[in-house]
Amino acid sequence: MSKKIVVLGGGTGGTIVANNLRRHLPKDWEITLIDRDDRHIYQPGMLFVPFGIQKANTLVRSRKKYILPDVNFVIDEITHIDPDKKEVKTKKHKFSYDFLVISTGCKVVPEENDGLMEAWGKNAFSFYTIEGAEMLHKKLKEFDGGKLVMNIAELPFKCPVAPIEFVFLADWYFKNRGIRHKTEIEFVTPLPGAFTKPKASAVFIESAKSKNIKITTSFELNAVNGKEKYIESIKGDKVSFDTLVVVPSTIGDKVISDSGMDDGIGYVPTHHNTLKALKHDGIYVIGDATNVPTSKAGSVAHYEADVVVFNIMSEIHGVKPEEIYDGHSTCFIVYSKGTSSLIDFNYKIEPLHGMFPAPKFGPFSLLKETKMNWYGKLGFEWLYWNVLLAGRHLGAPPTLVMAGKEVG
Amino acid sequence: MSIEVNGTSYATDENGYLLNLGEWTEDVAKKLAEVEEIDMTEEHWNLVNFLRGYYEEYQIAPAVKILTKAIANEKGMDKKDASEFLYKLFPKGPALQACKVAGLPKPTGCV
Repeated sequence: MSKKIVVLGGGTGGTIVANNLRRHLPKDWEITLIDRDDRHIYQPGMLFVPFGIQKANTLVRSRKKYILPDVNFVIDEITHIDPDKKEVKTKKHKFSYDFLVISTGCKVVPEENDGLMEAWGKNAFSFYTIEGAEMLHKKLKEFDGGKLVMNIAELPFKCPVAPIEFVFLADWYFKNRGIRHKTEIEFVTPLPGAFTKPKASAVFIESAKSKNIKITTSFELNAVNGKEKYIESIKGDKVSFDTLVVVPSTIGDKVISDSGMDDGIGYVPTHHNTLKALKHDGIYVIGDATNVPTSKAGSVAHYEADVVVFNIMSEIHGVKPEEIYDGHSTCFIVYSKGTSSLIDFNYKIEPLHGMFPAPKFGPFSLLKETKMNWYGKLGFEWLYWNVLLAGRHLGAPPTLVMAGKEVG
Repeated sequence: MSIEVNGTSYATDENGYLLNLGEWTEDVAKKLAEVEEIDMTEEHWNLVNFLRGYYEEYQIAPAVKILTKAIANEKGMDKKDASEFLYKLFPKGPALQACKVAGLPKPTGCV
């Protein structure tokens, strides 16, 4: 073995894996992390930008600053992956590897949604990019009543709770500005409920009702008509709007599909439990880049990182990778500036009521709007930059813990 | 819950999805389609077979977008026509209804 590990993408998953492997492996192992730029974005913060709760410029930091110095950080465009030759090409270089970690994420592609670009920045917006979130902030500041529609174009999309949080926060924001009485809020989703997991869905629908937010389900977006201000579904149903906030179509990175490694929409077919690429040896996949059936979210990338590191270390020591990952995901659901809910679930166990992370003591409550959860959400940003990215352990396993959860 | 086909009982979940993928046969699919009030045509079978093949290869049901793309490519349709075609075959949604007939577990979407 030449002892080379290459990590593609320096977001949440890639950074944690590179740092964590660096701590575990002796110096004769070379670890290279490649990304196209040096802008690490704290993505959970983008939801706050439209409401003026957080400034966009506080969300971006140098990737390099959070990558251990003994990791070789390369800024370059990745152009091709060759799993047979075990080689990655970038615009300027070529890298061979023994193990490859794909953490190339996903991105929104508004140009794939008919009519959306024509309305973009005029009466259609998105908070899934920094620039988009800033544009929406300007729009909301000028907003003086009317109908706000939050629409999810199609599945899969990133951070499945963010659109729900957005309408809850919009309710809080418009109340705060004294214009809620002349504002209609409607949530339009392709899912059969507010969320796919029944217990959480019921809780969110109840919350939406109490906030007078209309929910329209099973709506598959066909086209946006910005001029006549409506969105139309494939079945022909129409929902009118004054301001549209949309989660555009989402796809995996181009290099994955260009290299012929994707599932048809840019994600790498990945073993649900080992996180090894289904069709290639020596390749692990993490975070938004996988096709595993759990949330595309930072917490997932973080839990998966532990499993990927464990399995690469196992393979280095001649042991087969283990089926550890269970689809574990943990998400705060912000209700207002000052309150939040929290969900914790995996492939099989849906979000339940209870306390987290410690039974009885919490301090966080599951599926319940509390102040303490909000403080958790705020404190998490510090934890993210200072503890998690470095690949340090919080003492909890990457898999779901049932203690503290109310079953039945 | 369960369904009866030719005197054999097959276990399903509470939403009528087959619990054991390996128990699927064309007769079972016909019964599942009957429950959904779907008259199986060749186009239905093509889609069901595509779903089963995809599931076997990727161990997950395809996103609607993947289905639409595959149909658009095969039939030379644009995206919208392909979507409409899908919904005509399985009115309650290709993801939920077609997966049921194909004997796949209930799709969980992205969460």
